[in-house]
Amino acid sequence: MASKIISFTLNGRLTEVLVKPLTTLGTLLREQLDLTAAKSGCKQGGCGSCTVLLNGQPVLSCLLPVEEVEGQQVITLEGITPTDGLNPIQEVFYENFAIQCGYCSPGMILVTKALLDKNPHPSREQIIDSLTGNYCRCTGYEPIIQAVEKAAQRLNGHEG
Amino acid sequence: MAKKRGLGIAAVNYPTGMNLGGDPSQALIHATTTGSFVITLASTDLGQGLKTVIAQIGAETLGVPFENVMIDTADSDTGPHCMGTFASRATHRVGNAVIQAAEEARKVMMEVAADELEASPDDLETDGQGNINVKGSPDRSINVIDVALAAHFKYGKTISGRGMFMKPKSDVDPETGKMDPDSTEAHACTVAEVEVDTETGEVKVLSLKSAYEVGQQVNPALVEGQIRGGSYMGMAHALYETTHPYYPQVEHMPTSFSEYVLPGPMELPEIDSVVLEYPSANGPYGVKGVGEMTANSPIPAIINAIYDAVGVRITDLPATPEKILRALEELES
Amino acid sequence: MTESKLNVVGQSVLRRDGLGHVTGKTVYIDDIKFRDMLYLKMVRSPVPHARLKGIDFSEAEKVPGFVRAFTHEDVPKNIYTILCLIGVGPDEEPVLVEDEIRYKGEQIAAIVAETEEAAMEAVSRVKLDLEELPAVLDVEEAIKPDAPVLKHWGTNYFIYEDYHCRRVRLGDVEKGFAEADFIVEGRYQTSPIEHAPAETTACVAKPEADGRITVYTNTQAIYFTLDNTALILQVPFQKLHFVGGTVGGGFGGKVDVLLEPIASLAAIKTGRPVKFKFTREEEMRCSSSRGAWRMYFKDGVTKDGRIIARKITTYADAGAYNRHTPYAVTKHAANIAGPYRIPNVWIDGYCVYTNRQPGSAMRGFGVTPASFALEVQMDKIAETVGLDPWSVRFINAYRDGDMKPHQKVVEDATLIEVMQAAAKMVGHELPEEYQKMSSQALEEG
Repeated sequence: MASKIISFTLNGRLTEVLVKPLTTLGTLLREQLDLTAAKSGCKQGGCGSCTVLLNGQPVLSCLLPVEEVEGQQVITLEGITPTDGLNPIQEVFYENFAIQCGYCSPGMILVTKALLDKNPHPSREQIIDSLTGNYCRCTGYEPIIQAVEKAAQRLNGHEG
Repeated sequence: MAKKRGLGIAAVNYPTGMNLGGDPSQALIHATTTGSFVITLASTDLGQGLKTVIAQIGAETLGVPFENVMIDTADSDTGPHCMGTFASRATHRVGNAVIQAAEEARKVMMEVAADELEASPDDLETDGQGNINVKGSPDRSINVIDVALAAHFKYGKTISGRGMFMKPKSDVDPETGKMDPDSTEAHACTVAEVEVDTETGEVKVLSLKSAYEVGQQVNPALVEGQIRGGSYMGMAHALYETTHPYYPQVEHMPTSFSEYVLPGPMELPEIDSVVLEYPSANGPYGVKGVGEMTANSPIPAIINAIYDAVGVRITDLPATPEKILRALEELES
Repeated sequence: MTESKLNVVGQSVLRRDGLGHVTGKTVYIDDIKFRDMLYLKMVRSPVPHARLKGIDFSEAEKVPGFVRAFTHEDVPKNIYTILCLIGVGPDEEPVLVEDEIRYKGEQIAAIVAETEEAAMEAVSRVKLDLEELPAVLDVEEAIKPDAPVLKHWGTNYFIYEDYHCRRVRLGDVEKGFAEADFIVEGRYQTSPIEHAPAETTACVAKPEADGRITVYTNTQAIYFTLDNTALILQVPFQKLHFVGGTVGGGFGGKVDVLLEPIASLAAIKTGRPVKFKFTREEEMRCSSSRGAWRMYFKDGVTKDGRIIARKITTYADAGAYNRHTPYAVTKHAANIAGPYRIPNVWIDGYCVYTNRQPGSAMRGFGVTPASFALEVQMDKIAETVGLDPWSVRFINAYRDGDMKPHQKVVEDATLIEVMQAAAKMVGHELPEEYQKMSSQALEEG
């Protein structure tokens, strides 16, 4: 089957790529574009380590054909990392030890961004609900939940 | 049909080190011309934070700031032997090796500082901020950067050190089992509170409250990371996980996260802990090790709590709803 | 060290690798790629026990992008055992199956191709000629005389210097049982489980211009893996250069040598970098698990709750091959009687082979199942004698100076102290007698 050209906005930039049909967004990002922050933990949609944002919503890039992002907006962790320093969510994760091996962190951080962009004052239950698609084996989740709470406070300027 | 609560306890020991010993780790340290120190290892960080705690131990022994210490690992061309990261051995063995290397490097550093300050090395102390001064005379002081420069270009000395730690390998008497398996023992006691739904057999762990004794915490936040992660893994072992749902039969083995049942953040219990420190005789700064122990005590504590709640003792892990319901049925008949 | 004030030990300093983790810049093995890299995928057994009579690669070779297939004939020293480095033998695990398949998912042949998809397609087209054999799956069935024998030395258990199991003997348990007021028995079984790290096991082997091979790996033990790889490939150790140190979760699941030898061999033979990464399915089905353990307790207990005799027979389900289980059974035997002062202890710990994916190290190796069994058994004892769970543990807790069943004197005991602290945490008022206990105090036994 012939390759096709897909055009979409990637981390704020209009991007054109040549892909074989049914190439997943995850494979495109990691293998063709060298954007390796999104991981390849299972390729079954079960762990969320491949999470990127599609029009602001978390999606599993390991299952998403690139054709589905034609004309859409995709954001990866690379796209929200400032050239110098960290964004507030990254800062909070770092300062609050919400990371151990780091493999789930890109997915967790993007899911957090999607949540807080939509709901700046989430309850603990809402935070937990938003994290259920992202697997972490190291931290036991609590430090991540607390980091999201603190990130919300920091973004709202209410940090104690 | 009801939701019944119960409490259960478990008290455990956990040994430090590869069983029987014979698991050396080595470390090399050298100072750069500008007073940074590189600790070269072939040890691996699994996410628990080994690279951080080793830098802390190195900085402490050298007497310099944490920021001055770099960790270079793992490369078999540059890093000396390390048996690996497992058996709760890394901080203990690698830490001890780093202390030995750091002591050797520190000795040279102090000798050079002594020459520069025209004092005896025994009269000098480090302030942990990057300065070396004469005890009692803080104005007679020199910065580590200047010491390093002087060592390299004035005295022709290398501020470096080599370290090694090995617990000698113990034999095992095949008849009596007489052996010396470990360097020290850490301990934990967990109290679990559960709620069992007698209609569905599901167990909700309400809380896991534990006391841990770990010798010495190098980095309390990282210890807490092991406590939270380990408690969670213990709960998962006790109630959810299996690669063989019909053990010992090999049917229906999972191939994905949809089939391998694991709890998520919705199943989180309240996890509370207190950490005691009774330094071990042979650990670096008294460290014992904590990485594995935290997953062990929750398992029997939860099983014992289920018994307290509903009177069934599940002796076959995981304690699935099916097993609990079958046991409850048997109890009633 | 004699420093009384610590400057940095004891401080919660931020992680050295934290910035890389939160920016996605930390490099994991799967993030590594090279221009002319090949992908390795494994042909695996679909059945737990069989004779391998033939492999037909003819359809696989037709897949565009197929480069080469490897069988056991390509492996210089195909039979190995990981623990040979610490003097444990004999060698019994094939890198690639020679004639007998011993677990479902066992590695039979390796295929390298230009793309991951081509390698997977080629693997799916390989035809295996198998003669299925009866599988032995239960540890107690496996050591019966009529069970199919899995090991070339004629047994389904590891031999500990002429003994059929790891033994610990202290005192006289039969005498203890005779003197006991209660006999409490229990059977405990753990399940095999998966480490399930977020990152699967992976390596990239790359030939260098100077003839050496660089292997990027997420192994937990750089030298253990390097040395075993060199022995399997029969190359000088200095030909191999292992680089790693950053692991996306280990938990003991990355201490085996399943990937590096075959990937390195493929790199040497093709002259190109080779990536071998476990899929999640392989990680769950084929990589080592935590082996199941079956444990039988028989305790002799006095009416005031003291355990005076403990007899334990345990069976570790090693699966098809040694990996690290013979070592774990020894560690298990050193801990299964528990942190308690018991004058008469008898332990028989078996390392049993069955036709399933091999077990290996996992967080708590050998001690996790032991702690589970013995701590549930303690509650059973408490109930039998009419004591509460706290009391039975305080009464039996070990202290410095006690003798452990393997004849090591207890030191660094703090069991009493953690129990006191835990009781305080949950607001459980202990009797004064237990509140005053100490691991260091000498007391009448």
